[in-house]
Amino acid sequence: MKKAITFTLNNEVIETEVDPKWTLLYLLREVLEMTGTKEGCGYGECGACTVIINGQAVDSCLYPVMEAEGRKITTIEGIMLKSGELDPIQQALVQNGAVQCGFCTPGMVMSAKALLDEKERPTEDDIKDSIAGNLCRCTGYVNIVDAIKSVAGGR
Amino acid sequence: MRSYEYYKPQTMQEAVGLMDRLEDAKFIAGGTDVMVLLRQKKLALKNLISLRNIGDLVYIDKKDGLKIGSATTHTEIVKDEFIKRFYSALNDATTHLGSRQIRNVATVGGNICNAAPSADTACPLLVLDAKVIIVGQKGEREVDIDDFFLGPNKIALERGEIVKGFHMPQFGDNTGSAYIKHTRRQAMDLPMIGIGARITIKIGKSEVRCRDALCTIDTISNVLARLQDEELEIEDARIAMGVVAPRPIRAKQAEAALKGKVVSEKLFREIGEIAATEAQPRDSIRGEAWYRKEMVKVLVRRALMRSIDRVIRPDDTIYPERLW
Repeated sequence: MKKAITFTLNNEVIETEVDPKWTLLYLLREVLEMTGTKEGCGYGECGACTVIINGQAVDSCLYPVMEAEGRKITTIEGIMLKSGELDPIQQALVQNGAVQCGFCTPGMVMSAKALLDEKERPTEDDIKDSIAGNLCRCTGYVNIVDAIKSVAGGR
Repeated sequence: MRSYEYYKPQTMQEAVGLMDRLEDAKFIAGGTDVMVLLRQKKLALKNLISLRNIGDLVYIDKKDGLKIGSATTHTEIVKDEFIKRFYSALNDATTHLGSRQIRNVATVGGNICNAAPSADTACPLLVLDAKVIIVGQKGEREVDIDDFFLGPNKIALERGEIVKGFHMPQFGDNTGSAYIKHTRRQAMDLPMIGIGARITIKIGKSEVRCRDALCTIDTISNVLARLQDEELEIEDARIAMGVVAPRPIRAKQAEAALKGKVVSEKLFREIGEIAATEAQPRDSIRGEAWYRKEMVKVLVRRALMRSIDRVIRPDDTIYPERLW
């Protein structure tokens, strides 16, 4: 039985019909066709599916779609600046060579964004803690941490 | 995945009523355990009842002790400075649980009700003498947390009951607590061993605070050696151990051996040996039994040292991390 839900996705009000057994990730990727958010493990271990819900980074693969009702959700598609430019975090990742295969990148960006929205000047430990739930198997984490640090230091 | 209905009650009574009415139903809070089980097909059911939208289950109340609602997320506990200062073991446990993404949704009630032997918040609640507040059709009842765990994934909850929260007594400046999670990785790992400790020392004429600058930067071993003449007497102590038995347990013989004694590193070393005799770990992919048993000795001593450190040096205290 499909149920109607309403929520805010990237500052746009979305009304859609969902099956209660879906996860938020399934709705995003398979139904709304917003494939920027990735599915890695599906068990909340890798963080590739990270989205921001009401200001907090959350694994969308473990998030029941019914809980999206009335909440404010931001995905990687929603963080581009109004001018069409990349978000400073994305720019910094490019400049620091922090992207190789790119599969973990959307999740990394969302985790970093949640941190930088919450804390003006995060410490290196804060940064490491914020992406502890995002696995990257290509670059190692040094360049990614450097990139996030450069955004935090540059503003 | 099998299809199920998803209910979002707004009050405790509504949730309890739904569970009573619906067949083949389960409560879900943060979902970080339930959603994984569903996906692994280890759990099949017709109805999920969400506890996430019940406002009455989310609270941190600091009057007369500490009261925490069961649907309070780990992130909210981590952020709380009062808990960090007076219920430090709980801060230790929630800070290192899962990832940020997990802590943002996972609830303390869910962690306890899932009742894994490795549940991180179990040891802190055991050493902090928490009472579990349970709500059902017939009203409210209270269970000591030590009587709440029955076995792996088994808890003293009747069908149709939910945990409302955890209430802990008030602790003063003479109490310190700690939780140490022994893992192979620094993040995103379940404990190979988890040890919680709490020490309450007798308030006598002895001065237990740091008096010189050296004390603030020295190791706790040296600080304790210097404070030896003060004879800090232990009024009350708790030790809890995770992953050494089918459920999180208290090391009651070790606790009894601490009572009334004078604090010293040598004593803590002996207590570690006693606690190890109470531990019955088994071999698993995370660690072998003999190693776990050896680590109980080490970690019990460290957890006790950290607890007493937090009594003696509460301010610069807790963090930054010192070498214990």
